[in-house]
Amino acid sequence: MYEKHLMICGATGCLSSGSQSVEQALIEELEKRGIRDNYRLVMGGCPGFCEVGPIIVIYPDEVLYCRLKPKHMAELVEKHLVGGEIVEKLLYKGPDVDVPARFYDTIPFYAKQKFNVLRNSGIIDPESIDEYIMRGGYRAFTRSLEMEPAAICEEVKSAGLRGRGGAGFSTGLKWEFTLNAVGQKKYVVCNADEGDPGAFMDRSILEGDPHAILEGMLICGRAIGANEGYVYCRAEYPLAIKRLKIAISKAEEYGLLGENILGYNYNFKINIKEGAGAFVCGEETALLASIEGKRGMPRPRPPFPAQSGLFGKPTTINNVETLANIPLIVKEGGAVEFASVGTEGSKGTKVFALAGKIRNTGLCEVPMGITIREIIYDVGGGIKGGRDFKAVQAGGPSGGCIPAEQLDLPIDYDSLNKAGAIMGSGGLVVMDERTCMVDLARYFLSFTQKESCGKCTPCREGTKRMLEILNRITEGEGKPEDLDILDSMAYSIKDSSLCGLGQTCPNPVLSTIRYFRHEYEEHINNKFCRAGVCKALFNYKIDPETCTGCTVCARACPVDAISGEKKLPHEINLDLCTNCGSCIEKCRFDAIIIKPVGREADVSN
Amino acid sequence: MSTETEAAIAPEIDLSAIEEIIEPYLGKKEMVIPVLQKVQEHFGFLPRPAMEEVSRLMRIPLSRLYGVATFYAQFKMKPRGRYIIRVCKGTACHIQGSPKIADRIEETLGLQSGETTDDLRFTLEEVACIGACALAPVIMINDEPHGRLTPDKIKDILDSYE
Ligand SMILES: Cc1cc2nc3c(=O)[nH]c(=O)nc-3n(C[C@H](O)[C@H](O)[C@H](O)COP(=O)(O)O)c2cc1C
Repeated sequence: MYEKHLMICGATGCLSSGSQSVEQALIEELEKRGIRDNYRLVMGGCPGFCEVGPIIVIYPDEVLYCRLKPKHMAELVEKHLVGGEIVEKLLYKGPDVDVPARFYDTIPFYAKQKFNVLRNSGIIDPESIDEYIMRGGYRAFTRSLEMEPAAICEEVKSAGLRGRGGAGFSTGLKWEFTLNAVGQKKYVVCNADEGDPGAFMDRSILEGDPHAILEGMLICGRAIGANEGYVYCRAEYPLAIKRLKIAISKAEEYGLLGENILGYNYNFKINIKEGAGAFVCGEETALLASIEGKRGMPRPRPPFPAQSGLFGKPTTINNVETLANIPLIVKEGGAVEFASVGTEGSKGTKVFALAGKIRNTGLCEVPMGITIREIIYDVGGGIKGGRDFKAVQAGGPSGGCIPAEQLDLPIDYDSLNKAGAIMGSGGLVVMDERTCMVDLARYFLSFTQKESCGKCTPCREGTKRMLEILNRITEGEGKPEDLDILDSMAYSIKDSSLCGLGQTCPNPVLSTIRYFRHEYEEHINNKFCRAGVCKALFNYKIDPETCTGCTVCARACPVDAISGEKKLPHEINLDLCTNCGSCIEKCRFDAIIIKPVGREADVSN
Repeated sequence: MSTETEAAIAPEIDLSAIEEIIEPYLGKKEMVIPVLQKVQEHFGFLPRPAMEEVSRLMRIPLSRLYGVATFYAQFKMKPRGRYIIRVCKGTACHIQGSPKIADRIEETLGLQSGETTDDLRFTLEEVACIGACALAPVIMINDEPHGRLTPDKIKDILDSYE
């Protein structure tokens, strides 16, 4: 028996903050005291709170220690493990709590969350099938073995689950189509390509709870009459692939995959395919082509994959998060429980990746229907550095931005669509006044333009022409008629592209024009980028009133463009300045201001 | 990297490994992407003679093979450095200043994205998103992520890779 379990977050976020050296130091400390065997150490899944990593959670005490460094381990072992006393200085502290906080009950980041999909992440050892089973794992699958396939589809339909991969189609209905399609051989495909820049929820689920995906696929296979499945995972996620491989071999060992599973007349095997770096392969027909060893290009639908999918056979494709919900729905009474959370048209929870200029970056899972304000201010802790919230981008390059006026918008498929954004995969990138919305639109379009597969003309050529215009605007060469041209091109591309990539890629441009038209106009007419992002459209200036002469900026400047005496206001030599922004990042007094280029330009601040 | 250096390296290529790599996949044309992944793992890139060998053994026309290989960002046709620097171009990284990070690396090494230093020490690449958005801006050097970067941290990080 172990006295305590120590879960060290071993997900990518904490790994890059140094969780491995923390683990090393912890092991050394325990060995030094000869008590290594009393504790179970697990490099586990992600508790979501990447901002304060590396994290260790100690069970059964449910204490979360954060921002750990190797040097803290001696005290943690001495005080908490040996002495049974909580180490206050390693607890979570922040402007949103009065006293250092312990875990779920007191850390505001967790207060509004509801864990369905992330139910096991950070709690079990993702490499142990026993722990998954102990938490109720594979029970729903066992139940499904006693059910008629049509009844399983019916249950999933009644739960109201909609696909979490983007389009939000009813999962139960999709399964039913595949079940009713004619054919002996059918396939289940798990879409783990997660290409949206700014989204990492699927990665966390795969890394933290891989068996949930396998169980979801097994149930799907049972429901549609398939006996083979593929997981198509990005090669950029090596840890996720490793964990999946371990999970598959364990499930095979336990007789949960293979022939005559648990003595029933049901066979199922799962293959892993690694993607090779193409965003469009997240689109379902392109993904299937890629599994078949071809260039990953989409094809027109119909026929839908449910009729003719992988190798021409009926196929269900579901997203990682969609599948992770399945065991919760198909367990006894699960469908009703699932449908009790959320809104009329959007049931259950959604995992969001919070990133950008928000205090609490990380992953959160919230009930559908929660407002954007609650996510950003209650869960996310507000804007970093106390600046003003400007907008949040939902749905990545296929989505749109939601401005401050709409903070009280409830998060569900239909409200987001109406606002010009989409649920997408669930990336929420928060922006403040230092984000330029024109540059953001240009950024997304340069992404989709590069990733356009080139098969259809509107997407291949249209994105290129739109990008040229946006490049011109951000370089100070914009013309007044550009906005109308962008608008009309955007709609033609949306209407005439072959796949979702082209049909949605103008969205970021349309939504930024819709909500931030004045910013475009300022770029075009006044040649000014107020956010200080488009390099040709602003200069830095040091405000002599505010500058204290601390010299930090002068030392940070890589081109020695800043001069001045200590304790006296400094000055920037604009002939040398490259607008690299090192000074403004370092200045602690907000003395560096963003000005229009040239003295005469009259733009009121 | 010029075509000359590629030609200089090409004759030394030992193709005997390819047969072994392909063995389990013979006759399975749909496995061409995993095969190319393994071949690239072995050589570090996809040299022309290796492509010819794969084409011959898998009975896939060379043009189709190149069609597949050039479609995917992962496959490289030129030799690469010992350390692959991948600058994350994800949204979170972009708005937290990844363009400035990329500029600084380009200046420090005198490289553009996609290029390799003459001593084959570094290759500079872009990656769409590595999913470490919470620590933006991020770069990966081989398998090691470096997060929360500012341009002035770049030099020390690069210096630590010999
Ligand atoms: C360009 C493009 C990229 C996509 N990328 C993904 C992705 O990374 N992951 C995903 O699950 N779905 C992605 N999709 C959506 C899929 O085509 C498909 O709708 C989804 O996998 C269906 O699963 P679901 O019903 O469970 O959501 C993408 C679609 C398009 C058009």
